[in-house]
Amino acid sequence: MENRPLEYDYSVSKLFIYNTLFVGFIGMFVGTYIAWEMAFPSLNVIFGDGAIAEYTNFSRLRVLHTDSVIYGFVLSGVWATWYYVGQRVLKVSMAESKTLMVIGKLHFWIYFASSAVIVVSLFMGITTSKEYAEFEWPLDLGITVIWLLWGASIAGLIGLRREKTLYISLWYYIATFLAVAMLHLLNNLEIPTYYASGGIGAWSHSVSMYAGTNDALVQWWFGHNAVAFVLTTPIVAIIYYFLPKESGQAIYSYKLSLLSFWGLMFIYLWAGGHHVLFSTVPDWVQTMGSVFSVILILPSWGSAINMLLTMKGEWQQVASSPIIKFMVLGSTFYMFSTLEGPIQAIKSVNAIAHFTDWIIGHVHDGALGWVGFTIIAAIYHMIPRMFKREIYSKKLMATQFWIQTLGIVLYFTSMWIAGITQGMMWRAHDEFGNLAYSFIDTVTVLHPYFIIRAVGGTLYLIGFVMFIYNIYKTMSARQVEESELQNATPMGA
Amino acid sequence: MFHWLEKNPFFFALAVFVTIAFAGLVEIVPNFAQQSRPLIGTTPYSTLELAGRHVYIKNSCNACHSQLIRPFKSETDRYGDYSLSGEYAYDRPFLWGSKRTGPDLMRVGNYRTTDWHENHMWDPEKVVPGTIMPAYRWMFVNNTDIDTAYAEMLTIEKFFGVPYNKPVPMKDGTTKIIKMGATLNEARMMALEEAITISHDMKNQDVIDAVALGRIPEIVALIAYMNSLK
Repeated sequence: MENRPLEYDYSVSKLFIYNTLFVGFIGMFVGTYIAWEMAFPSLNVIFGDGAIAEYTNFSRLRVLHTDSVIYGFVLSGVWATWYYVGQRVLKVSMAESKTLMVIGKLHFWIYFASSAVIVVSLFMGITTSKEYAEFEWPLDLGITVIWLLWGASIAGLIGLRREKTLYISLWYYIATFLAVAMLHLLNNLEIPTYYASGGIGAWSHSVSMYAGTNDALVQWWFGHNAVAFVLTTPIVAIIYYFLPKESGQAIYSYKLSLLSFWGLMFIYLWAGGHHVLFSTVPDWVQTMGSVFSVILILPSWGSAINMLLTMKGEWQQVASSPIIKFMVLGSTFYMFSTLEGPIQAIKSVNAIAHFTDWIIGHVHDGALGWVGFTIIAAIYHMIPRMFKREIYSKKLMATQFWIQTLGIVLYFTSMWIAGITQGMMWRAHDEFGNLAYSFIDTVTVLHPYFIIRAVGGTLYLIGFVMFIYNIYKTMSARQVEESELQNATPMGA
Repeated sequence: MFHWLEKNPFFFALAVFVTIAFAGLVEIVPNFAQQSRPLIGTTPYSTLELAGRHVYIKNSCNACHSQLIRPFKSETDRYGDYSLSGEYAYDRPFLWGSKRTGPDLMRVGNYRTTDWHENHMWDPEKVVPGTIMPAYRWMFVNNTDIDTAYAEMLTIEKFFGVPYNKPVPMKDGTTKIIKMGATLNEARMMALEEAITISHDMKNQDVIDAVALGRIPEIVALIAYMNSLK
């Protein structure tokens, strides 16, 4: 008994993986579709301009894209890894506690049901308009329950742990839990009008506790840090576990992890002000937002460099393993994106970049390159261990990697050019001091870049379909690996 | 210290929470102590305007249009005076947006008319050749939800003291009263009166007929809101 390895229970993790693939495909499909809509507006009315046009219109679909990718694809991916990594780094099996199993299952199914309600409500146009917090009050309550269930799972596993010291990944999961809880609750303080008015109007409608500038300040404190604590910290948690596991290398530096973690925790929350530069929020908040955004390069690069140096002496693995490729390029995109962000947060650059497609480009090199690749790599690592099978096709995985990388490059380069072109045209004056371009001139000029972007998005989507196929074939393959897998994931030709 | 924290999850979580909550406390709390106050001349939204604002939000107009004019010559030339904090005092939620796929709308009421909006929402390409904005024809059919707008007015008056039925100071020294219905029926009547005025400047026969029968299509409310943005 003593020497037998623990049998970890992956049933909850598997559910989240299926959801990652399912919602990931939907979210990316919708994203690609609306990218083509921007290039060819007639796609907005693909089913005619009658009653159904409401549901194929860019304005309704855009929010479905952002929310399904952030809260569907990414959060499912994060939770899939939590229910895998949590057990392993704490040396407890979910199977040891019935309560934890129930919490995990409830966590998934309530989340799944709420996601379905969210999709319907966003199609109907029930939204608070606040970006990434569009959900009305009943859904906000549902999200709170989901979040608390996850918190219970973290606390429960930690309570039962055999390994006393918390591994770095756990620091980041804990930080994600706490920060998003705080942000979600404070940004969504709202009064349901139906109850406040004694039963008049729509039941789901609410009005924000904050008005105007205050509302903007809270929203972008939330909006920026939702990015931080959904699209960054849990992804750092993932890579801190999976890169050393897959490569068989120890983390390069514990001190660098410490510096990056506590630095990130302290600095990130200040930077929200860079979303409202030149607006009516107090000047000092804007300046703080700018300054802290630049300082943020340090902890961000700290984590990324720690990852890259973990590969020290083992760089041949980048050539030989597509999983390592995904993780190393993911970390590189993290460095890239966390350099680009601070540049855009400098006031004089922001004057050109804000409101343009350059911001969209920035979001996507982070989301597609860093977040997407890291989650894809983690799933490629987990599936063979859960199903005790080798990956169906290494060649397919490598092809997917290159197609998606090409897609990302087309995406961000076209959006850079589009954003800077438009930003410069908006501010151009002729020799008499009049505006040089009408607004529509600055839209029509973007047409080729919108097409290139849509092609880039389509390539990424094609790669994602290859990923789903590869995972499906792996799960359904007959070959079974007997022993517990060490390090490098076995792959078929 | 860090080694100790990493073995004591409760204190670890506490330390993380204090570290992340710090910035919010410093940045947000002082700003709230000094609440955003309305400028002289800034009035609350009327029933129909507020309902139109809901139509704007329902269709995520804010995904492509900003309502924030930055203090640059190019922006004030294009859109009018730069935005001031007090102008947003009655905006719950704020609608600054984060992307200008289309132009800013902060002061669109100054330079576009009911007629322009009607044509543009029906067929944008005809009004602005080369535009990538889609048509919003369902707004000419769907009914406006006046009841929810009224419920919101009651709520914001009760909880935030929004001055409905009270004199609001205007720039020229006079005062203006934005009325709120005492009952739901009165609110519906008032919204319909506003809608009738707007429909006089419209030519879509279905919309005119609907208003004559006491129904308010979403497009009418949206135009009321657009016209109020000055």
